[in-house]
Amino acid sequence: MSSFDTTSTGSIATVSPSARRSSAWHARAQEGGNVLEIDDLHITATASGADVISDVELDLKPSEILALVGESGSGKTTVGLAVLGHFRTGLTHACGTVWLYPSDADEPAEMTALPDATLRQLRGARVSYIPQDPALSLNPGMRVGEQISEVLDIHGFGSSAEERAERVRSVLREVGLPDDEAYQRRWPHQLSGGQQQRIGIAMAFAMYPDVLVLDEPTTGLDVATQAQVLDTIREMTVRNKVAGLYITHDLAVVAEIADRIAVMLRGRIVEQGGCADVLERPQHDYTKTLLAAVPDLAGRNRIGDFERADVPADEKAAAEARATAAEENRKTHLLTTDATHASPAAEAATASGPETGTSGTAGPETGTASPETGTSGTGGATAASEVSERQPTAPATDAVLQVRGLGLSYGPKTILESIDLDLRAGECTLLLGESGSGKTTLARSIAGLNDGYTGDVIYRGETIARSTRQRSIGQRTDIQYIFQSPFSSLNPRRTIGESLAVPLEMAGGLSAAQRREQVKDALDAVRLGRQFHDRRPGDLSGGERQRAAIARALVNMPSVLICDEITSALDVSVQASIISLLRTLQDERGLAMLFVTHNIALARHIASRVAVLNAGRIVDDGPVDAVLENPQHTYTQELLANVPSL
Amino acid sequence: MIARLILQRLAISIVILFAVSLIIFFATVLLPGDPARAILGQQATPERIAAINEQMNLNEPPLTRYFLWLGGLFVGDLGTSVATGQPVSQLLSDRVGSSVVLMVAAALISVPAGVILGIVSALRRGKAVDNTVTGLSLVLAALPEFVVGIALVAFFSTTVFTILPAVTMRPPGTQVWDFPSQLILPIAVLVLVVTPYIARMMRATMLEVLDSGYVEMARLKGVPERRVIFRHALPHAIGPVAQVIAIQLAWMAGGVVVVEFLFRFPGLGQALIDAVDYRDVQVVQAVTMIVALIYVIVNLLADIVGILTNPKLRTGGDA
Repeated sequence: MSSFDTTSTGSIATVSPSARRSSAWHARAQEGGNVLEIDDLHITATASGADVISDVELDLKPSEILALVGESGSGKTTVGLAVLGHFRTGLTHACGTVWLYPSDADEPAEMTALPDATLRQLRGARVSYIPQDPALSLNPGMRVGEQISEVLDIHGFGSSAEERAERVRSVLREVGLPDDEAYQRRWPHQLSGGQQQRIGIAMAFAMYPDVLVLDEPTTGLDVATQAQVLDTIREMTVRNKVAGLYITHDLAVVAEIADRIAVMLRGRIVEQGGCADVLERPQHDYTKTLLAAVPDLAGRNRIGDFERADVPADEKAAAEARATAAEENRKTHLLTTDATHASPAAEAATASGPETGTSGTAGPETGTASPETGTSGTGGATAASEVSERQPTAPATDAVLQVRGLGLSYGPKTILESIDLDLRAGECTLLLGESGSGKTTLARSIAGLNDGYTGDVIYRGETIARSTRQRSIGQRTDIQYIFQSPFSSLNPRRTIGESLAVPLEMAGGLSAAQRREQVKDALDAVRLGRQFHDRRPGDLSGGERQRAAIARALVNMPSVLICDEITSALDVSVQASIISLLRTLQDERGLAMLFVTHNIALARHIASRVAVLNAGRIVDDGPVDAVLENPQHTYTQELLANVPSL
Repeated sequence: MIARLILQRLAISIVILFAVSLIIFFATVLLPGDPARAILGQQATPERIAAINEQMNLNEPPLTRYFLWLGGLFVGDLGTSVATGQPVSQLLSDRVGSSVVLMVAAALISVPAGVILGIVSALRRGKAVDNTVTGLSLVLAALPEFVVGIALVAFFSTTVFTILPAVTMRPPGTQVWDFPSQLILPIAVLVLVVTPYIARMMRATMLEVLDSGYVEMARLKGVPERRVIFRHALPHAIGPVAQVIAIQLAWMAGGVVVVEFLFRFPGLGQALIDAVDYRDVQVVQAVTMIVALIYVIVNLLADIVGILTNPKLRTGGDA
């Protein structure tokens, strides 16, 4: 994959400040010496003195990429920033060393103990950083060309302003961006996310650094862009003999790019080894857990079974005890539900894993699952009537919700065009699209949150009003929406119980005690447990919050559930448990689900149908197997070709 | 693009000034009292009242009078003072000069002082300097200007020291700035009242910007601290502060009334107070119009600073 033409390498060698590089350094590099050595690194929280990072030992050789893998809060970024001698507010370097062997000096530098001035000379020149979110890390008030040339100016690249200007142009070409004056004069907000990330990469590579810290540089990028950015990074590390510390939570990306892997858990490195070794023969339980949670395109890695493997879904070390308690509660609850319902259909569905959706048995299964919802005792009067009315009007094969010729434009800009989509009971449709494809707009239109669309949304044979305000209470409660970020969709000042009671209050017809009972049932249904009723979102982890958000969508016993990227803000293991939960709920309740995502690898894990949205049009629509194995549209083919895999 | 935005703001400002002029004119016209009678006092005879009414167009309908007045404003004719019989422009020219000296001097001191104190305070977050600045600015912001003024008078002019004059004396034919020591206390009061707001706002926005990803990135690029602050952080922090500065300077145009009264300073504020006492409608109208003009100008300047420091506004959204 790392194909770079030799001519460009030659032209760069002439610009490269090779003369300044110490020959002793080259000799070391030739002998296989390290360019970075981290020994016994401890970083503590300033306030409490508790260890955030303990006993971290890592080393890096030139041209090598070491992946530092772990979930959010595991301390990956903290270690990465320590390589640049930077500790964020609230963190203190306790002990241990970070030795950098800069190519322009004979003596190594200990990054944690350097005076500020020396540290500044190394940062951005010998060791540079590529941030996670380019939208936040590029200065919105500086032109992009200036942000690159600033690095060169500060570190005194070359001998003249022309040489520096030429380097800005050459590094822009290297990352695949236009190098003309007009492009350099653009502001960050005038570039796409992928282009912004390339500017960040160009900034990091401008000085030909020896060590590069890459902090999840492809998170938030589309797969196609991600593939291009990964290619750029790999090519440039090889070409310029740069060692890379690649911080990520995405094991599929790791498999694509890394030479070695170090797995971090709660501030410690629990496993370290060659890329293939760790991915194929993981030693530590946590690594196995992580690997088990990665969704793959083929659907072999049954992430739905992940939760059954008794892995705490919680990523916060501090919340460990609480998580265990919740886990136990969940298990006992699972036991009781299984015992009381003893539903063979649901059992079979969960056990058979990803195949369930793709097999043709989805229809009949649903038939047995939906009356069960009524008997489970969690449904009130609404649920019972809803089930009875579902039977005659909507046989299992008919669509509960149909979208016909839906279109939407903002001024002259067309966002969506003639969308047709069917959602059936007990069936999950994956709506796949990249950012800007209009997938969220479509989801919101169906839910009635956008009312500016044309065309029809037909629910149970009846065209419903465009805006939720004009829809009847029944229609509103039947179509529920779950938002992407569990961090912003729950009111931080309300307890979970209060937030969950709101939809019930809106629907009316229940006493406070009944509402309370129904909310608690919903909390049980999402395996959170009743004790979460009086907690506030601030006390919950990301996964727990998203479960609470799902519970809020479920309190009114909807028949259509729209999930808008609900796992994209979550770690893979949490994503796996949420996916598993959704599958179970779908089987239990016969929900028609629209799962909006940009991650095609999730298809076989949750959905039975896939609709691919590109630039406002559905370009592929059909059963999962048909679309993934025989994609009709070039866009889908391209998308499938770019998916990183383990 | 920038020019268009600025022109747009300018047009809005002019509309606002028109609206203000309407309100001022009709509010003062509705005030009770007969200007002619007020001017003539004891010597009012029907003939003389009629003559003055004729001279001041008081017989015309209000709308005509409004347009006559508005037209006068454009050519610098602010009308005739009913109290002294002099043209208002002549009466106010000295006064405006004195007040502007006071306000400009206060602004020149308080804006840089507030900005610098805010930056220093943000950079030394949680340290002694920061605590002192935030504590003191909170106390000063809580005190009304006359309390600050009286305290300063007590401290520097009367009870403790007697080094500075407590009131402004200006012999005829001289200007206020001929006696610099008389300016110190009024300026000090304005500075002490205005600076805390600027400093607090500067500190808050600076803290936010210093925590941003691009400031961290600049440091990780090896950018020297001075450049991090002045090139990367300050331009983003100054936008919201410019709005606060504008509001403070505009407040000064009105707040100067109290300060001038306190120090018997012969400025616009004094003129306004005297005019209200004598029901000198023309002067009241002129002074309020001048204050409104200052408000609009400083806010326009703040908008322009905001536009210049925000490239998104400059390039017209996500172009």
